This record gives sequence, structure tokens and C-alpha cells, in this order.
Amino acid sequence: MPAVSLPDATGHFDRFGGKFVPEALYAALQQLEEAFVAANADPAFKTELDELLADYTGRPSPVTEARRFSEHAGGATILLKREDLNHTGSHKINNVLGQALLTRRMGKTRVIAETGAGQHGVATATAAALFGLECRVYMGKVDTERQALNVARMRLLGAEVIAVDSGTQTLKDAMNDAMRDWVASVDNTHYLIGSVAGPHPFPMIVREFQRVISTEARAQVLARYGRLPDAVAACVGGGSNALGIFADFIPDTEVGLYGFEAGGEGVDTGRHAATISAGEVGVLHGMRTFVLQNADGQTSESHSISAGLDYPGVGPEHAWLAKTGRASYEPITDSEAMDAFRLLTETEGIMPAIESAHAVAGALKLGRRLTEQGVEKPLILVNLSGRGDKDVDTAIEWFHVDTHGDSSTGAAQ
Amino acid sequence: MTGRRFAEIRAQGRGALVGYLPVGYPDVPISLAAMRALTGEGDAPGVDLVEIGMPYSDPVMDGATIQKAGTRALQRGVRTADVFAAVGAVAATGTPAVVMIYWNLVERYGADAFARDLKNAGGAGLITPDLTPDEAQEWFEASDAHGLDRIFLVSPSSTDDRLARTVSSCRGWVYATSLMGVTGTRTQTSSLAPALVRRIRTLDPEAMVGVGLGVSNGAQAREVAEFADAVIVGSALLNPLLTADDAGRPEDLSGLRTVVADLAAGVRSGTSLASQGLSGS
Repeated sequence: MPAVSLPDATGHFDRFGGKFVPEALYAALQQLEEAFVAANADPAFKTELDELLADYTGRPSPVTEARRFSEHAGGATILLKREDLNHTGSHKINNVLGQALLTRRMGKTRVIAETGAGQHGVATATAAALFGLECRVYMGKVDTERQALNVARMRLLGAEVIAVDSGTQTLKDAMNDAMRDWVASVDNTHYLIGSVAGPHPFPMIVREFQRVISTEARAQVLARYGRLPDAVAACVGGGSNALGIFADFIPDTEVGLYGFEAGGEGVDTGRHAATISAGEVGVLHGMRTFVLQNADGQTSESHSISAGLDYPGVGPEHAWLAKTGRASYEPITDSEAMDAFRLLTETEGIMPAIESAHAVAGALKLGRRLTEQGVEKPLILVNLSGRGDKDVDTAIEWFHVDTHGDSSTGAAQ
Repeated sequence: MTGRRFAEIRAQGRGALVGYLPVGYPDVPISLAAMRALTGEGDAPGVDLVEIGMPYSDPVMDGATIQKAGTRALQRGVRTADVFAAVGAVAATGTPAVVMIYWNLVERYGADAFARDLKNAGGAGLITPDLTPDEAQEWFEASDAHGLDRIFLVSPSSTDDRLARTVSSCRGWVYATSLMGVTGTRTQTSSLAPALVRRIRTLDPEAMVGVGLGVSNGAQAREVAEFADAVIVGSALLNPLLTADDAGRPEDLSGLRTVVADLAAGVRSGTSLASQGLSGS
């Protein structure tokens, strides 16, 4: 793994990041940082992780040129980094396997996790099964209802799923409950955070375990096209898949980095999760970052059709990338994301997770815009962070898909 | 300020009692009445320091009881500025008040403005559950400028280095969380607390130490007062308010008064070990 320049020694990306946590967790954060630094310097750790990523996850994931889909992108060529093909169906497994190895190195026997869409929960439950760890996943009650399939998967994998009914009953409240659990269980338990969010060192560790996405993709694009992409696009909730595909491109200043946030029903309606586009600097879940909050600093409720993006904060490195201008962040509405979900499915036979569909929708807009700006045949690399199987129920409802009749297309507009 | 108060009480041969209630629950006016009830009415003894909690949307240090009250208080419209009214109401009784608040709310208000308004309302200091000295530069400056106590938390898991740094960063007293966990009542007092208090005293023999988390009744308060300067009670005081609210009698403070009387008697019934060295002076 390349040298880590930021965060600084105290976990800050300039003014963002840090550790705003109860004192009880400091010792565990310190232990985790030390374990990570030691593992990073240990060739045996890297070998074991690389073997798992190859033989268990199925890496490297391919880059697919989306030819028919690209016809809708204003002359751009859209490339899909296929994290949807990973074991468990998303990029989440990359980080989970790394942290599971760290858990074992720290001598801990239990993992807890928060999950929104359930992808991180499923990945954590999977690794727990593989490593023989006890596992509990906290999930907002609202999310357990809209992602019932993933709840069943986690339970079949042997994990205990807790439906969190406090607060807004979504991802942020799941994270609160996971932190409360950790305060009481830190002796034998690792909190396996799934995003580049939370107190230091989590944003750094998760980024480094997701970096493999951009390391592979950069080499794959260079090998096939003889040049770097003009733009890299990803959806951003907490932001782990985005930092994964941004990481190795950050020094390539000629490559535009674009994060697409959940615009929900529209940023001007107030019902969205576009944290960087519409939030203000504050402290949430142990980090200083952009937060959707009211005038008093109480966290606002976020809204998105995608449970995985329905989060009122964002990883501190994204806040920093936005502030420095290295990356740009824009909202994509529910309806734009669902249109892209359908278009990609119908033109490529690839059904994206609704989270990833935000990036796909963003790439469509970006392709048209770059072409208008005079960029010739722009090459846009999109992180297809997960597959859409879990979202079929949502799609059935959104598109009024006929599941009972004998219509040959199975769909009605 | 509050530390000197604890020392005076210790000199009387007992531990101090700190009572926590959130502002705005069951509503703002009743919460102020409840805090006055905490301080003791008439001849009845009450708490020696009121810890006024500010409800927050994401209270990671709090268990189910305080979360429930906080969520309801926010739904019923409590605002950060209501804290200052509560501080004023408590200060008017002659019992000192400190505020327990999550950092984003202070940062949003402005650390210096918050410190100024807290001081003007008659407040003595701040307890910051999710702000440690590591991230507290702004709070050091504001609390110095306005002469406020700053009470940081220490934990059984704190390393010696961190313990030393945190204890020396505190002004007033040190909040020792007695166990690894969040707020809420427990059936037994923690076995980890006495060792933690000893570690703090070894570092700084003059440090005043309050012990919180899990204390439910007078007997437990008495046990903790045997080795700590102050006993902090929260959820046990809030439970009767939740019961009254659920029964449709939110203004009924009788259950709260009963708990206060039991706790106040508890800290007065023991022989404070801490006081023994002072008993001849």
C-alpha cells in the first residue's frame, strides 16, 4: 500500500476528521491504529489479505465498457468498475476482510457493525462466518423493512440483526447504537465500521482497504486505452466506494473526481441526503465533517430512496477533497437514479444497486457536460459499487412492475 | 468553583450528590420545576450540584432512559438556549449548576458565545461527553476567558498517559465513568470505579472526583460516596418523570422527590473514607 500522507498524526484532514468520542473508546481507537500500522508493515498480512481478495472475493474485478449505455452519454465512453461482481455483491467485502484480519490480530472474538442497505452488514456477517467470529449488526428499523432480503441473508449467515428503533431509525441511529455497544464491549469486540466515516483511524483504514479498487482500475484503464480516464465517478453516502476508486487517482490532477450524493426528492425540498452540497460543518459520529443539521446543531433527518446513501454525514476526507476543490460533489435525485437503474439494466443487462445507480446517473450527466465543454470522446470510469438484487422490491414499487400477470415484458410504465 | 464545593462537603464528612436531568423534559417549564425539586425544598436535603443535560439527536454516551427523554424533549421543541433558563432557575436556588452537552451543539452556538451566556446565566461549568482534551483547544480558550469549570470524562480504559493529561486539563472536578458502558441504572455498583478513583488520586492527590454511570438508589450512592468525592445520578432521577409522563401526569414530581430523598439520605448515611483524613482538621 502507498505511503499514507493524510490524515495527520492526530487523524485530521486539515480541519476535518479527528476523534470526537467518549474517552472510553480512546484506548480501542489507539489499539486499532497500532494494529493497522503494524499489519501494514507486515508482508504476511498483505499476502493473506491479497489471497483472500483473489480466492474468496474474486478480485480483480473487471472493467466493463458499457457500449449501448454510452450511446445515452453524449459521446462519452462509460466504463464500469465491476465491484458488483465481488462475493456478497458489493465493494464492502474489501474493507471487511481487511478489518476481520485486524480483529484476529488484536485477539478479539466479536465484531459489530452498522448497516444501511445491508451490504456492509452482509459482508461483515460473511467475514464473521469465515473467521468464526461472533457478529451483531445494527440496522435502522426503517431499513430492515426496505432491505428485508439482506436481513434474511445476515441471519442465515449466523449474525444477530438488531432493528434500531431510536431516532430516525436509519443508518445514523444504527451507528449510534453500534457505538453504545462498543463502549460496553470494547474488551473483546471490534467495531467494524463500513464507511470512511467515524473517528480516526476508521476513515484512513477503510480508505486503505478500499484503495484496491482504484489501484486495479487505474492499471486496467491504462492497459486498455493507453491513457487515464477524464473523469472518475462514484456515489457518496459515507463515501467508502468513492474514496476506494478516487484514492490512486488523487495525485493525477488531470483526472476529474466526481462524487454523486443522494438528492432524494430534490435538495430544495429538504428531503435529501446531499451532505456536502447542502450541509454545514459540524461534528457527528466522532468526526468533524459536513453534517445535515438544524440551526441548533441537531442532526437533520436525511432522505433517499437508497438506504445505503441515507446518511446525514460524510467521511471527513470527502469534506476535505470538496473544500480543496480536488473533487466535486453533486446531488442526484431519486428519480434520476431510478431512471439510470432502468437504463443500465435494459442496455447492458447489468442491474446496479440503487446506490450505484446514483453514480451511473451522474456519469450520464457528466458525459453530456464534458462533451459540451469540448472534451473529445471523454472516458468516464464509474464505480459500480454493488448489484441491484437487494433493490428489486423497491424497483417493483417504483416502476409498478407487474409480478403476477402474464405480460411478456413484465413491466408497465 | 464546583471543586471547592465538593471539598467543603467532604470536610463535613460526606460525599456530594450530583443530580442530572435534561432540560425540556417533559417540557421546558416542568423540567425547570423538576430541577428546583432536585435541589431540595423546605428542610428536605437535595443534590449539591445540578447537572443540566441538553438533549441531542445522537447521544452516543446515553442509554435508553436518557435517549427516550431527550428524543421527546426535542420533539416538543427544546432549544439550546433553554439551557440558560434552566441554569438561571437552578442558580436562583443557591445550588450550583453545570451543563452536560454534546460538542456539536456548543460549536454550532459558538464556543465563546456559549461560555459567555452560560456564565451570565449563573452556570459553573461544562461536562463534555464527546469532547476530550485532544480536540478541546477552542473550549480551553472559552472556558478560561469566562472562568468556567471544564469537566472531562475519564474511563477505566484510559491509559496512564491519557489519565494524567485529562486530569490536568479538568478544572473543578473529574468525571470518572465507573464502568465500560453508557448511562443507565444498574443493579450493582461497578467494581472498576474504586481502582479508577485511586489511579486519579495517585496522579493528583488534590483532584476532586465524581463517579457516574449506573447508580440507582441511596444504598448505591452511599457505597460510591465511601471512595469518591461525589456521586452522579441521572437515569434513576429521570425514570419517575418518564413514568409520570406515560401516565398522563407529566407535572407530577412526587416520584422524583422520593428518589431525591433516598439518594440524599444515602450520601449522608455513610462514613466517607475521604473525610477521615480531614476529620481532625
